[in-house]
Amino acid sequence: MTRLYLPCDAAAVALGADQVMRVLEREAAARGLTLDVIRTGTRGAVWLEPLLEVETPEGRIGYGPVTTADVVGLLDTGMLTGGDHPKRIGRPEDHPWFARQTRLTFARCGIVDPASVEDYRAHGGYAGLDRALAAEGPVIIDEVKLSGLRGRGGAGFPTGIKWNTVALAQADRKYIVCNADEGDSGTFADRMLMEGDPLSLIEGMTIAAVAVGATKGFIYTRSEYPHAIRALNRAIAAAQRAGYLGADIQGSGHAFDIEVRMGAGAYICGEETSLLDSLEGKRGMVRAKPPLPAIQGLFGKPTVVNNVLSLASVPWIMANGAAAYAALGMGRSLGTLPVQLAGNVARGGLIELPFGVSLREIVEDWGQGTRTGRPFRAVQVGGPLGAYFPDAMLDTPLDYEAFAKAGGLLGHGGVTVFDDSVDLAAQARFAFEFCAHESCGKCTPCRIGAVRGVEVMDRITAGVDLDRNFAVLDDLCELMTDASLCAMGGLTPVPVRSALTHFPEDFDRARHLPAAAE
Amino acid sequence: MTISRPSPLSELLQGVAPWDEETARQILATHGGLEGPLLPILHALQEAFGHVPRAAVPLIAEHLNLSRAEVLGVVSFYQDFREAPPGRHVLKLCRAEACQSMGAVALAADVLGRLELDWGGTTADGALTVEAAFCLGLCACAPAALLDGEPLARLTPPLLAQVTDALAAEAVA
Ligand SMILES: Cc1cc2nc3c(=O)[nH]c(=O)nc-3n(C[C@H](O)[C@H](O)[C@H](O)COP(=O)(O)O)c2cc1C
Ligand code: SF4
Ligand code: FES
Repeated sequence: MTRLYLPCDAAAVALGADQVMRVLEREAAARGLTLDVIRTGTRGAVWLEPLLEVETPEGRIGYGPVTTADVVGLLDTGMLTGGDHPKRIGRPEDHPWFARQTRLTFARCGIVDPASVEDYRAHGGYAGLDRALAAEGPVIIDEVKLSGLRGRGGAGFPTGIKWNTVALAQADRKYIVCNADEGDSGTFADRMLMEGDPLSLIEGMTIAAVAVGATKGFIYTRSEYPHAIRALNRAIAAAQRAGYLGADIQGSGHAFDIEVRMGAGAYICGEETSLLDSLEGKRGMVRAKPPLPAIQGLFGKPTVVNNVLSLASVPWIMANGAAAYAALGMGRSLGTLPVQLAGNVARGGLIELPFGVSLREIVEDWGQGTRTGRPFRAVQVGGPLGAYFPDAMLDTPLDYEAFAKAGGLLGHGGVTVFDDSVDLAAQARFAFEFCAHESCGKCTPCRIGAVRGVEVMDRITAGVDLDRNFAVLDDLCELMTDASLCAMGGLTPVPVRSALTHFPEDFDRARHLPAAAE
Repeated sequence: MTISRPSPLSELLQGVAPWDEETARQILATHGGLEGPLLPILHALQEAFGHVPRAAVPLIAEHLNLSRAEVLGVVSFYQDFREAPPGRHVLKLCRAEACQSMGAVALAADVLGRLELDWGGTTADGALTVEAAFCLGLCACAPAALLDGEPLARLTPPLLAQVTDALAAEAVA
C-alpha cells in the first residue's frame, strides 16, 4: 500500500485539496489501488498548494500545485513511486524555498498527522514537556528567559519575565490563556500551526502551566477559523486520551486541561485585556493597566496571556536548550520569526527564519516578485497597524528595534506586498476606516479620531483646502498616538503617516488636478 | 440546475429551527458548567436559530443572573451575532489589506452591485447573505472568502459570479 500526504489546511482546501482528494480516491478505486492518504497541515508554501507527497525509499517526493486535471497524468507517469512529472518538486526539504529556512516552531507542520500523539512523539514532540516535568518551575522559567523569547503577538515582551510574574503571584487558581485571535491582516501563522501541529501549542501551554502552577487553559480563537477550531478540539481529545492533559499529566501530579473558545468577529478582542473580558462573557472592552493580567487576569486570577507562536516555541526551547535558540537572531531579537508573506506576491506562504534577514530577501528571494507581474510598489509589515514601506526601505532587517527605528513594527510578522496599482492615500483612509469599525469605544481619541480621520482623508483626496487638511491630519495622528488607551488607536497613525511620508505623491494628486469643484 | 458541492452550514441552515423556548432552555442547561458561559451560549443559540432571537435574551439574563441590558450589550457588541436570520447561505468576503492588494475592493463592488446588496444584506430570494470579514488567514491566496464556512481563494469577479449564480439557481430549483 502506498502512503500519500495531502494537506487539509484551509488554504490548501481553498486551492482545491479536497477536490484532488476525491479524484484520487475515484482513480485509485478504478485502478484497483489501495492508497493510504494522510491529511496533514501545510508546510507553508501556499504557492505550491495543493502539495501532494508520496512516500518512497528516497523520502517523501512532492508534486505541486496539483489540480484535479493533473491526477490521472500523475498516476500514469508513476507518481506513486516518485516518478517524473512537470509538477514534481523532489523532496520538499531539499527545495530551495524550504531548504533555506530554519524550521524550529514549524518543524513538524505539514509533515505530521495533526491529530496523532504517536506521530507527534515520533517527530520529537513532548520531549520538551518530559524535560519540564523533571525540572522545577523556576528552572523552566530560567530556560525561557535565557532563550530570549519575546512575545510573537506584536508587543515583543519577554515571555520568561511574564511567566515569572505569574509564578510568583499567590492565588488559589491560575490560568494560561492562548491568544489565538490572529486578527492582523496578512498573517496566518497561528492558523497554520493550529491546523497543522496543534499538539505543539498544547505542549507549550502545558509547559507554561507546569512552570507557573496553572490548572486551566483557554485557547481564544476567531470564528473565521473553523478549520483550526476543529483541529484543536481533535488534538485536545487525543492529548487527553494519551494522558497529556487531565488530572494527572503523565503521572507527574500536575493537573491541566484546555478548552477552546470562539470569538465573535471583533478585532479588538486580540488585545489581551479585551480578550479576557470577552472570555468572561462581557463586551470586549480594553481594561486600563495596571493591574497586569499576570497579576489580575481572567476572573481576577493571575493569568499568562501569550500568542500561539510564543507558546509553541517553548517545546523546542525546552527540548534543545535556551542557548541553541538564543544563538539565532540579532540584537535583542533572538530565535526565529515565522514570516508570513502575503498579498500580491508570486510565492506567498510561511517562511521561518532567524531574525535579522532583510525584508528584501523575503520579498525578492522568497516572493519572486508580484503575482500580477506588475512592478513592486509597497509592503505593509505587521498587520493593519503596521507601516507601509517603499523599495528603498526593503533593506531593513527583520528585528524589533530596527523596525521601530524605521517608524514601523514587526507585529506578528505579516508582510503584505502591493504592486504599482496601489493607492496609498486609499490605504491610509482604510486604516482610519478599520479603526473606526473596530474601536472598542472606550476612549475618545480613537473612537472619534478614527471617524475624523476618514473625513479628513476624503477631503484630501477631493483636493479640498489641502494645506489646512494636511495640518488637521497631522494633529489628529499626534493626538491618537499620544492619547489613546491602547495600540488600536495609538498605532493607527503608523500606516497613515508611513504612507504619507514614503508615498506623498498619492496624497498630493489632487493638487495637480484642475481646480476642484468647491 | 443544482449545485453538487456539499456544505456543512447549508445543511445546518436548512435545519435552522424556528424559535422554540424548550430548545433555548436546553442550550442554557448544557452550558451550565462552563466558566464564562455567555459567548458559548450565544454561539449555540445562533447555530440553532441562525440568529440570537430577542426572545432568548430574558431567558439568558435570568439564567446567568445578568440584566437584560447587559446581555443585549454583549449581543450588539460582537459583529457575528445577528438579530435576524440570514439567507440560506452566508458569504463572508474579506475586505482587509492582503486581499485588497489582489483586487478585493473591485471584487466586493462587483458582487454587491450585481446582487444589489449592502454589506450584511440578503438577496430577495433569501439565497445569500453577504457579510464583510477582515482577514480569514488566507492572505497568501487572496482575495479570499468563506462560503458557509468553506474557504474560497484567488477569487475574481467572474469566479465569484459563478458561485453566487449557482446559489441563486439552487433557490429556483
Ligand atoms: C488592537 C490589538 C490587537 C491585538 N491582536 C492580537 C492578536 O490577534 N493576537 C495576539 O497574539 N496578540 C494581539 N495583540 C497583542 C496582545 O495584546 C498581547 O500583547 C499578546 O497577546 C501577548 O502575548 P505575547 O507576549 O505572547 O505576544 C493585540 C494588541 C492590540 C492592541
Ligand atoms: S484606543 Fe480604541 S480600542 Fe483602544 S481602548 Fe481606546 S477606544 Fe478602545
Ligand atoms: S487579508 Fe484577506 S484573508 Fe487575510
